[in-house]
Amino acid sequence: MVLFDYIVGRLLQMIPVIIGVSLIAFVSIHFVPGDPVEIMMHGRATPEALAAAHAKLGLDQPVLVQYWRFIVNAAQGDLGNSIIQNANVSKIVGERLLPTIYLLVTSAFLAVVIAIPLSVVAARRADQAADHVIRLAGIVGFAMPPFWIGILLMLLFGITLDWFPISGYGRDFIDRLHHLFLPSLTIAIFLAPILVQSLRTAMLDVMTAEYIEVARAKGLGPWRILVKHALRNALIPVTTILAVNIGWLLSGAVVVEYLFSFPGLGSLLVRAVGYRDYPVIQGLSLVFAVLVLAVNLLADLSYMLIDRRVLKA
Amino acid sequence: MTELGQSVASSNRLLRELARWPTTLRIGIGLMLLIVLAGVFAPLLTPYDPYAQDFGSALLPPNWAHPFGTDNFGRDVLTRVLYGIRVNLPIGFFTTYVPMVYGVALGAFAGYFGGLFDGLLMRILDITVAFPFLVLIIVIVAVLGPGVQNIYIAVFLTAWTMYARLARAEMLVERGKDYVLAARTLGYGSLRIVLGHGLPNIINSSIVFSMSDFVLNIMLVSGLSFLGLGVAPPVPEWGAMIAEGRDFIFDAWWISTLPGLAIVLTGTALCLIGDGLAQRLGERRHALL
Amino acid sequence: MLEVSNLVVEFRQGGRSLRAANQVSLSVRQGETMGIVGESGSGKSVLCRTILRLLPTPPAFVRSGSVRFGDVDLLTLTEERMREVRGADIAMVFQNPMNALNPVWPIGDQVSEGLRVHKGLGQRAARDRAIELLKQVGIPSPELRVDEYPHQWSGGMVQRAVIAMAMANQPKLILADEPTTALDVTIQDQILALLMDLQHAAGMSLVLVSHDMAVVAETCDRVAVMYAGRIVELADTRTIFRDTRHPYTLGLMQSIPRIDAKGERLEPIQGAPPNLSTLPPGCPFAPRCRFVQPECRAIDVTLREISPGHFSACLFPERVDGSMS
Repeated sequence: MVLFDYIVGRLLQMIPVIIGVSLIAFVSIHFVPGDPVEIMMHGRATPEALAAAHAKLGLDQPVLVQYWRFIVNAAQGDLGNSIIQNANVSKIVGERLLPTIYLLVTSAFLAVVIAIPLSVVAARRADQAADHVIRLAGIVGFAMPPFWIGILLMLLFGITLDWFPISGYGRDFIDRLHHLFLPSLTIAIFLAPILVQSLRTAMLDVMTAEYIEVARAKGLGPWRILVKHALRNALIPVTTILAVNIGWLLSGAVVVEYLFSFPGLGSLLVRAVGYRDYPVIQGLSLVFAVLVLAVNLLADLSYMLIDRRVLKA
Repeated sequence: MTELGQSVASSNRLLRELARWPTTLRIGIGLMLLIVLAGVFAPLLTPYDPYAQDFGSALLPPNWAHPFGTDNFGRDVLTRVLYGIRVNLPIGFFTTYVPMVYGVALGAFAGYFGGLFDGLLMRILDITVAFPFLVLIIVIVAVLGPGVQNIYIAVFLTAWTMYARLARAEMLVERGKDYVLAARTLGYGSLRIVLGHGLPNIINSSIVFSMSDFVLNIMLVSGLSFLGLGVAPPVPEWGAMIAEGRDFIFDAWWISTLPGLAIVLTGTALCLIGDGLAQRLGERRHALL
Repeated sequence: MLEVSNLVVEFRQGGRSLRAANQVSLSVRQGETMGIVGESGSGKSVLCRTILRLLPTPPAFVRSGSVRFGDVDLLTLTEERMREVRGADIAMVFQNPMNALNPVWPIGDQVSEGLRVHKGLGQRAARDRAIELLKQVGIPSPELRVDEYPHQWSGGMVQRAVIAMAMANQPKLILADEPTTALDVTIQDQILALLMDLQHAAGMSLVLVSHDMAVVAETCDRVAVMYAGRIVELADTRTIFRDTRHPYTLGLMQSIPRIDAKGERLEPIQGAPPNLSTLPPGCPFAPRCRFVQPECRAIDVTLREISPGHFSACLFPERVDGSMS
């Protein structure tokens, strides 16, 4: 019951944020200098066509009515229509949602796979040469822009070695994983330095716990203690770190999707901006924000479940 | 004390301070000085013009005359990278430190006063962090149109939130401390207490964070340029150069990869400074976000 | 069997150093229970941890002395060889059961971990053995509870599990560092009784560290009293209680509440435990001593055998008299 109350409380807290987010998404189109419809039609429309488009987008209504219709429709999953692509925005966005989610999941997975051994070594050899090397690598890695990492990986694995495709998405599961590899690795390399840093700190914190001394008294070796007794405890805060950085992850995904011509939300956003396809931009910004909020909520809930087991809530 | 004595004393203080700098801080500042000097003296360091096109020597791989090769217009890539310092560093600097000024101030006041102002500010923060940062910037730039000026507007509208969050959290702690109470009992005005007494105690976390933020902003601007939403060619901006080179990645790898080194080097220098500052200022959070 | 001689352990941090154990010598015989008593900070825990070499260096440094176990000096072993001793030949039971187990692993897994490491037991065999061990320490229906997590158990039960964990490899010696201090009074006796039963059944030796004279009186064959990193009195339990020859021991005993002594006031030891980094010259207990003489503040004291098997570090052991208060 505690859990249920907590979930309800969290959902209620999200309401003002959702309203604010939708307001920003809605209002953006009204700040476009000039007539957005005219810009969208690239000045090649007759006055009648313009008026028809205005009516179709509901821009002839009072602003408050427009906003009301925007949120009511959005709540029902209707994000309006794209004049340029002549299709429903929800449909356009919906097709792109899953690839982006796959990309996020595989990137986070790869980032954790990269980060765990590095942080274990860094914690085991804290303040020794190996730790310093890993820390410096982390700093350099943090300073590498994702699009540049992507280009390097493309050159190495895509062009020189020709192991992985450098664009597109693929048809079946295996083919998709094959296509996902390079973009995911790019985001993972971009994310790993932050994970390594926080995992290392978390493990060193755990190493001061009494059960670590107990483990030593049992005659366990340092690596076993680190991997078995410190890593698992340190991974719990990492879930939170991943969730907190979801916005960061998605920002990286936008650029990386564009670079690898990956059919996700990010490349759609860049394309929509190029075409000045305002309804798609509006819908996408809403979807991105909801994605961030949902991931944070999920992380909080999962943390609470783990927490209950660990900390005797 | 004589003037000479004073300046000797202050130079002694400076030397003592320098002696206490961690290695990372020294290396970072040294690197950063080199980069700034290279940008300032770019015309002396290279015989080429960053804009002059020379199709006779287009797409030359790196060699002694052109260490970074030439691009599809025959321009020397190293020259453009060096001139890029003049483009990227100032934009990165202003996009970091202008929002920091009012972000910290807003956060400090919100933390000190609490109440309605604080509540409102927190809601705005919640809403801004709900958007992935890059998406928010892209949407604003999409509405206003591409270009450096609009990037500034977009960043100024959004980037202050992180500083406000940090400063607010620190101020909430400081607010209850004795020296603040003492200042209040002395009848000092809130402005004086927050800016004169609170600020010096809460600014460290923001200074340390600003180094990471600087790195992120250099990446943001070059990223936007890479997407075609930022600095437009032919201006020698690092991200735009990488984007231009992308079309030639199959036959001329150097055009898009080598300018990236400039971003990595600058970013590394800034991160090292941040790491060193964190140690020197005794901040718990270490560099990187 | 265990022979600690002239052990000196220093802690050094930032240019300052303090002696946490100073010229400590004691021996533990086969099958014996040795009590170590003292206030917190007297060096009891440091001694246990030095025997198992658990203290991190820095800040802890062993300056001199030896810890002979069987025919090897533990202090000279390599870390790898030492790991084969820990948990297998010498095991330890810790003060706070709730912090002694890792919250994210099942209890059974942790109880049998030493077996997997030292004896190379497989997953199944280890689990079976864990159930057996838990049964031995009196956990009801252990086969159902072996996969539960520490937070699902009470403190007393977890301490039983910690004892089972120490017993896993049938060690020759168990170091129990305040095994009952963190527990409810009603549970304390059960845990002590369990420890004694297991010890007698297995014929192993036990070092019982406590700040409580009463606990030691009930359980131990011999007692060493520690103060400021030194052993100040050592004798068999009977002698130390009947014929106390150090004022600090006396103070500890007079602060035990006794049922048979009606109307007698409990006598707290005057003053505070010493600061190890600024010890005065002479006897470290002198500033708090009721029988103090001028010589006590000048002459360095050492542990002397005042009668066969009875050692005291007091300069005037004959002056120590319980009836004087």
